[in-house]
Amino acid sequence: MSRFLPLIGFVVLVSLFGFGIWWNTQHDQHEIVSPLINKPAPAFSLPVLGEPTQTVDKQSLLGKPYLLNVFGSWCIECVHEHPVLSTDVKALGLPLVGMNYKDDPKDATAWLAEHGNPFNVIMVDRDGRAGIDFGVYGAPETFLIDGKGVIRYKHVGPITPDVVVKEIQPALAALAKEGG
Amino acid sequence: MRQLGLLALLCLLPLLAIAQAIQPLPFRDRAEEVRFQRLSAELRCPMCQNETLADSNAPIAHDLRRQIFEMMQAGKSDAEIKAYLVDRYSDFVLYKPPVEPKTWLLWFGPLAVLVIGGIVVAVQVRRRSRQAPANLAGPANDAEDDW
Repeated sequence: MSRFLPLIGFVVLVSLFGFGIWWNTQHDQHEIVSPLINKPAPAFSLPVLGEPTQTVDKQSLLGKPYLLNVFGSWCIECVHEHPVLSTDVKALGLPLVGMNYKDDPKDATAWLAEHGNPFNVIMVDRDGRAGIDFGVYGAPETFLIDGKGVIRYKHVGPITPDVVVKEIQPALAALAKEGG
Repeated sequence: MRQLGLLALLCLLPLLAIAQAIQPLPFRDRAEEVRFQRLSAELRCPMCQNETLADSNAPIAHDLRRQIFEMMQAGKSDAEIKAYLVDRYSDFVLYKPPVEPKTWLLWFGPLAVLVIGGIVVAVQVRRRSRQAPANLAGPANDAEDDW
């Protein structure tokens, strides 16, 4: 028996390393699983981009599910994500609420003029405080918030057509099942 | 002349390091600053691979330092500030994760490995010392055969 101990030790180590490699290919080490999922979204009240006298708050968005997309004109990945927001995400038929994160409203307006505006409404989080409440640590990040104001899903990084099909649509289907 | 200009330019390079330095916060006294430094060194920047909030130059680290500073000024305890960040960014922000069933393996795993190793060694030693008297009569390299 003790003759096989080194072999057993070797096999254990190899499987541990193998598991580590497999785990790292399946998971993004950068991504933090949000502790806010299935919890009520934090309260917010933010001015509307271009119309600073108006505000959007959590209450005014209750009633039906919506997607909250955190973006900034400074954000490189947001440029890559933008066409997907305008097509695949728009096709979902959900209101798309933008959170212009840590951006100069002037830059944001110019960016939207250049790339097009897929958002139904855009809130301005100039200093990133609302972002902290949402656990945002970069851009883009996207939240699915249901009609009761509960965060149901979060995606860190740009949304791709694949993410829409494999993650957002199932999350919406789960919501619809609950509602009906 | 051109080389001299280049040299002068190179001498200015260290200034970039100052430009990169983390913005100072208006601390009330030394004790508060020490507390802030200790607290932000125990917290991990969510954006960066493995940097503390104290060290990181990422925008989010800057915002979170400001948040910690404001909470300290508002009289919040270290535990309250940590709980605030964990509520938003999960245990990921803690360099020392809490002891709970989920993290038992992390906290006690190394100890368990040490204990198991110790038991294996003890068993081997005892078995050999029991075999030792018999080996006195036999060939000297018998013990090595075991491995």
